[in-house]
Formats: sequence, structure tokens, C-alpha cells
Amino acid sequence: MTIKEPSSTLTEQPIRKRSWLRSHSELGISLLLLVVGLLVLANTALETRGGSDSDPLGPHAVPLVVGIGLVVLAAWLTADVLRGGHGEAEVGEDIDLSTPPDVRTLGMLAGVLVATAALIPLVGWPIAGTVLFWGASYALGSRHIPKDPLIAAGVSLATWILFDSLLGVDLPGGPLMGVLR
Amino acid sequence: MNSLANSLSSLMDGFGHALTPTNLLFAAVGVLLGTAIGVLPGIGAAMAVALLLPVTYAFDPTGAFILFAGVYFGAMFGGSTTSILLNTPGESAAVVTAMEGNPMARSGRGPQALAAAAIGHFVGGMIGTTLLVLLAPLVASVAVDLGAPDYFAVMVLAFAAVTTVLGSSRVRGFAALGIGLAIGLVGLDPLTGAQRLTFGVPQLADGIDVVIVAVGLFAVGEALWVAAHLRRRPPAAIPVGNPWLGRDDLRRTWRPWLRGSLIGFPLGSIPAGGAEIPTFLSYVTERRLSGRRSEFGSGAIEGVAGPESAASASSAGTLTTMLTLGLPTTATAAVMLAAFQQFGIQPGPLLFQRESTLVWTLIASLFIGLVLLLVLNLPLAPVWAKLLRIPRPYLYAGILFFACVGAYAVSGQPVDLLVLLAIGGVGFLMRRYGLPVLPTILGVILGPDAELQLRRALQIADGDPATLVSTPVSVTVYVVIALLLAVPLLRPLVRRARSAR
Repeated sequence: MTIKEPSSTLTEQPIRKRSWLRSHSELGISLLLLVVGLLVLANTALETRGGSDSDPLGPHAVPLVVGIGLVVLAAWLTADVLRGGHGEAEVGEDIDLSTPPDVRTLGMLAGVLVATAALIPLVGWPIAGTVLFWGASYALGSRHIPKDPLIAAGVSLATWILFDSLLGVDLPGGPLMGVLR
Repeated sequence: MNSLANSLSSLMDGFGHALTPTNLLFAAVGVLLGTAIGVLPGIGAAMAVALLLPVTYAFDPTGAFILFAGVYFGAMFGGSTTSILLNTPGESAAVVTAMEGNPMARSGRGPQALAAAAIGHFVGGMIGTTLLVLLAPLVASVAVDLGAPDYFAVMVLAFAAVTTVLGSSRVRGFAALGIGLAIGLVGLDPLTGAQRLTFGVPQLADGIDVVIVAVGLFAVGEALWVAAHLRRRPPAAIPVGNPWLGRDDLRRTWRPWLRGSLIGFPLGSIPAGGAEIPTFLSYVTERRLSGRRSEFGSGAIEGVAGPESAASASSAGTLTTMLTLGLPTTATAAVMLAAFQQFGIQPGPLLFQRESTLVWTLIASLFIGLVLLLVLNLPLAPVWAKLLRIPRPYLYAGILFFACVGAYAVSGQPVDLLVLLAIGGVGFLMRRYGLPVLPTILGVILGPDAELQLRRALQIADGDPATLVSTPVSVTVYVVIALLLAVPLLRPLVRRARSAR
């Protein structure tokens, strides 16, 4: 026991620190507010001029107020969180808050969106959209093999036809549709 | 009286335009789409209108707004179906309905609950829209004389109200507003053309398109948030037959329907967050007035009828303020305002003069949409209930898919999808840490307008800041704002005084 004790306090400390950070992760929002606020202030100070006779306030007065406001809010929110304040996480029909956030699914969804953005100019909407729908449903846990990609392709193609020919919204068809035409 | 006769004849003209086959089709599609969207978990009216915006680029504005109005009423109606059959309301306006509607459905009175909600919507919407017809021209004729200082004051009031009245935490409301205002600043300054927060990126010079912000916050943010906490086994919906009401139930519901409309309309027209507060107030009222108070909590039909009618009437109130003052009081109205601006139309007191045909056709189609809602939805209720069984991976993949289509359609640039993802990330964090979304979207859409009014006011007054409080309207509004901000500060003082006694 006497030998074990110091080692256990050594390992406990970083764990405690991590769990403090986890339970105060809302401070990240304060940081976000601070960064955005400073960004607005820096940009306003460097880029825009003050008012003139015809426009007394000028283009920089409102951004200054918004920037200062964001910095003040960052401090206010920090104080609130440190005093034990908590934002209530949003509830909904399909939301189960008893589980920790599924970071893997989030990462996959973000990856699918980035891949879609990269694919559109290369292969056009019908194929990029299929990748998007199938990828997203895969990330969300669907694993039906012929069904998922078929639904994805169907939705994507139907949307492309609807938008491109019926609604007059220009979505690139890509090489595949070029062949079909 | 003369003005009333004018409104009525304009309304008749409006019916003439709204009853053309194309516009009827728009109304029917809007109502059906809106109901489906309202029934589906995870999508609300604001997201639906945002997703539909790019679709309507090819339409004429009248058709587009008939569609949007149908979606607005339909989505609110559909939300009640979900809360009655699932007991887990997606929209805050339907929370109250779940409290009585779900116990009713569980004890086999689902058809009555659905009917009380559907007819409640019809009654509330009809009374609300009638009040809109009567009041909107009056408000518009008074508002014509409002100047830039008044508009600035009213917009500040909207900001103050949505951040203080809604939600439990004021600092989080203000933080949400600040984020929205910052997003709204991006782009060229409309008066001087100075670049603000563009960081030399040419795509940012036009600002971040409102469609991308709205779709990112509502659709992508919601989809990511649900994805992170997806319930592996979605709750099972209670099966129901066709809605109907017996004579006994009718006797219990007609008064709540009427009272609900009268509570909903005024509260919907002020910037207090739309249907959330009126539905709750209507519920409390019905519980107090009911002779069967013991039934409340275990399925009292009055507790479904009143709040649903209030919700519908509040949307008519919201539309009144949006059309006459150009001031959105809910997220959906904010997105609709953005839609008006996309079409180059500025809602406000002059709208009734400049776009008279469009406004009255829109109002007439509200009546038509409400009738369609009732006629279609009573028999279709079992079909809507089936929508609740859609596999969640497809549902949220579909939301992300249409979000991307919408964002891409704005300007045809793949990079917009990355902006969409970034804003979706912000939407995710806001849901995680309890920041309300409404102040943000209001800040994005109303922020630039408010700045313009402020600078215009000071231009006219040669830079004298006293001009901001130079009119009776603006002074009154600032007093209201001061009261709104002061109430929570006074509360601890009152409590301390009480406990000292």
C-alpha cells in the first residue's frame, strides 16, 4: 500500500485534469467567441476606414461594436461556466444523450462532404451525389449492400434530372451524363 | 371602413390569382411537402424553406411564396402528428401537444387527438389569417411613417427579445446573436464598398449567402448533431386510424380552439420566438379553465386543441409582422425574409402598395392552404404516421444530400460545400452547448439591415446621435428594451427583499 500510493496519485492527476477539461469543454465556445471577436477587431482596425461627412458612422463602427461584444461575451461565458453554468444540449426524436458523442460517425460524415466537394467538378452531380448519399448512410450505420447504393444512385439521379431539366438549376452532369446524352 | 372595403376587394383579386391551376398546385405541393417535413423527425419549417430556396430560383416570386406559406403551415401541422404518435417532439412548438396528445394516443384516443390538432390548426389559421387581413393594412399604413431611427430601434428590440425571452441562459443567447452578426458582416460594405472580413478571398466579397448559412445551421448542424447521438432503435410510433371527433369531444374543444387563436396571434406577431410561448400559455389557460383538471396529464383533449390552434394562429401573427414591418420573429420567417430579398422584394409597409398583387395572392393562398391542409390531412393521417418508420440512416443522409444540393445551387461552386460544412460544425457546437439557433439566423439576416438603418439615420441627421431617440416610437421601443434587459437583473433583488422581510 505504502509503495503503491505515490504512483496512484501520479496517474490520477492527469486523469483528473482531463476530466476537468471534459466537464468544462464549454470553455471551447468562449475561445471560439474570443477568436472570432479578435478576428473582427483586427480586420476592422487594419482594413476599414472611419466615417466621412456623407456617412458619419462609416463601415467600421458596427464591426467594432460586434468585435468588442464578442470579446466581452467570451469573458462572460467563461465566468458563467466556471461558476457552474451549463448549456442544455438539444434533445429530439432520434437523439440519445446517454451515449457519448460518436466522433467516428462525425468524422466520416465530414469526410464524405469534403469528398463530395472534390468529386463534383471531376465526375458531376449524379455520381458525386451517389457517393454523398451512400457514404452518409454508411456512416450512419446502414449496411445493406445492393439496396443502399441503389437508393443513393436513384435519389441522386432523380434530383439531378429534377433540378437540371425541370427547375433550371444548373448542376453539372459530368462525363457519365455526357455519354448518355 | 373604406380601407376595409379596399382590403376585401384586394383579397378577392388575390383569390382570383391564387385559384389559377399553377398557384393551386404550388399551394397543394407546399402543404403536402410541409406536412411530410413536419412529420419527419429532424427537419423543421425553417430548414425546409431554406432547402427549398434554391429550388424556387426558376419560379416567379408569387408561386415561390405560396409554396413557402404552405410549407410553413404544413410543417407546424405535421409536427403535432409526430408529438402525438411518438411523444418526442422535434419542434419546441409541439412540446405542449405531446403532454396530452401522447397519453391520448396510448389510451386508444389517437384519432381524436389528431382530429383535435388538425381542426385546431384550421381554426387557428383561419382566425389568424382573418386578423392578418384586417390588421396588416392598418399596421402598414401606420408604419409607412416610420423612419430609419424607428426601424433601427425595432430591430434592436427584436435582437434583445429573442436573446432574453427565449432559452434559459442570456449569455448563450447573446453569444448566438454575436456569431450571427459577425457572419452577417462578411462581404462588401453596402454603403462604401469597403471589404469587411473577406481576408482577400474573392468568394467572400459577396458575403456568405444566407441560404448557405441557414442550410448549414439548420440542416447540416442538425444532421451532425443527431448523427453523434443517434438512437440505435428509433421510438415506435403508435398506429392510428382516421382522425375523427365525436359530439362530446366537439363540445370540449371548440372553446379551446377559439381561445388558442386569440392567444396565438398577438404573441406570434411580437418578437418573442414564435409558437413556443403561446402554445404553453394556451395549455396553462385550458388547464385552469377546464372542469376536468384531473384529466390533464393523462390525456385531456383541451390540452391538444388549444395549443395547436395557438401555434397556427401565431404563424399568421408572425407573417403579419414580417409582411408589414419586414421584421421576422421566428427562424422560418427570417428565412422567408431572406427569400423575399433574393427576389429583390423588401417586405415592409410599402410592400402593400408596391407588390399589392403578390401580397394579396399570398394571403388568399394562406386560406386555400388551410382548407387543403384540413381536407388532405384528415384522411392522410395513417400515411403520415408511416413516414415515421423511415430508416434513420436514409433520412439523415437525405437531409445532408439536399443540403449540399441547395448550397451548391446557390452559385455552383464546390467550395461552398466546405463553407456549408464549417457552418454546420458551428450549428453542431451550438446544439451541443445549448446556444439557441434563432438569434444567430436573425443576426445574419437582420444585422446588415439594422446597420444600414442606423447609418442612414445618422446620415440624415448629419451625425447627431440624438436622432436615434428623436421620435416617440423609438423612445417607447428603447424603454421596452430596457425593461426586457432589466427584468432578470431585478429578480434577485426582489427575492432578497422578500427573504429579508
